[in-house]
Amino acid sequence: MITIIDYGVGNINAFVNVYKRMDMPVVIARNQGELKGASKLILPGVGHFDHAMQQLNNSRMRNVLDQLVLENKIPVIGICVGMQMMANSSEEGKEKGLGWINATVKKFEESKIHQVPRLPHMGWNDVKPIKASRLFTGLEKEAIFYFLHSYYFECQHLEDILAYTEYGDEFAAAVQHDNVYGIQFHPEKSHSYGEKLLNNFAKL
Amino acid sequence: MLRPRIIPSLLIQENGLVKTVNFKNGKYIGDPINAVRIFNEKEVDELAIFDIDATVKNIEPNYSLIERIANQSRMPICYGGGVKTVEQAQRIFSLGIEKIALSSAILSNPRLITEIGDRVGGQSVIVVLDVKKKMFGGYEVYSHNGKKATGINPFQFVEEAQKLGAGEVVINAIDQDGVMKGFDMNLIDKVRERTTLPITVLGGAGSLDDIKKVIDKHRIIGVAAGSLFVYKGKYKAVLINYPSKEEKAIFYK
Repeated sequence: MITIIDYGVGNINAFVNVYKRMDMPVVIARNQGELKGASKLILPGVGHFDHAMQQLNNSRMRNVLDQLVLENKIPVIGICVGMQMMANSSEEGKEKGLGWINATVKKFEESKIHQVPRLPHMGWNDVKPIKASRLFTGLEKEAIFYFLHSYYFECQHLEDILAYTEYGDEFAAAVQHDNVYGIQFHPEKSHSYGEKLLNNFAKL
Repeated sequence: MLRPRIIPSLLIQENGLVKTVNFKNGKYIGDPINAVRIFNEKEVDELAIFDIDATVKNIEPNYSLIERIANQSRMPICYGGGVKTVEQAQRIFSLGIEKIALSSAILSNPRLITEIGDRVGGQSVIVVLDVKKKMFGGYEVYSHNGKKATGINPFQFVEEAQKLGAGEVVINAIDQDGVMKGFDMNLIDKVRERTTLPITVLGGAGSLDDIKKVIDKHRIIGVAAGSLFVYKGKYKAVLINYPSKEEKAIFYK
């Protein structure tokens, strides 16, 4: 069962509604017990990195999540700040990240963005997959997604990068390491493109 | 390539949608949830929703309506109206609103921008300035649906808002509201000069050409409209509409 992690941060219902429209059952997990039976995990996230990490740490789901992701290796996707939480750390805060992907989260350098507006990176932008991935089936060309962020995910291992987006430089809009996926944009707010991506994730 | 954003702006009064002219005479347009559903189908870039009762009547934001809107929406939403505290902002955020618009509360207490940003992330804190031309030149910020002059210079405030960590500035031109005769291009230029934040401009769009003019000049910018996307024809029949993908592609060239 697709299980959405509800730790008090992010729009859970938006994901529930997307899957409801596709007639796919989902479960919302607010505690350890509700994580049982998860075959796929969605980690949403918005707002400040530290606040999101503290909320997740306080949810008492950390141990079970680590087990499901690192030992049982079930597919998990982190979204926006949820993706950033999967890194080791973030320049936005002091809390430690989940460390599920070897990466750090950095602030965009304004000097590299040769236009006004500079930050935040806000709006619809192209996402270009650089390798074949079932997450991007049907989205290989001309897919645009909604972004709202000032920090980006910098992978230690370039082979973990699934797709790039250009903003100043290119940055990792989507990453994957084994069963761990992360996307910087908001599929739940990206109309048919986002629906397609969430459908692809469900079918992995 | 980052696209310009074309944004329907909806006003809520007593649980219904209304449209004003120069911030006055709200005319009933329809049901907000129904409008959100139609805008979903039209795949709009972003939706702005302002509760124009909350601050004036000094009441709490209508959380149950906000939640229903957020649950229905497949596009990003900016909500504004009656938000005065970090707690209120956080509650709205947790209902699934990506962007929280602040106006009258931050005019008296600009530090609230930083306080809310520390909790929900600065990128989600949207500063809305209702701006009116002064009789003898220049512009002034108003609050309470254009009824209260604040004495605040919008251009200085935009600079301050960026320093305090805001994520975007929305400039709402009271003189242009509902008139459908084009944007105040001079006002937009002046705001653009004072900040590197994303800006969205509202007030005056009477045609897609008016929108194109703003985008041609400023490239990456949010262009919002009320009347244009809820009325059709010279008799202003209520008909929710939005440019198609093909029509929008012309703006990106």
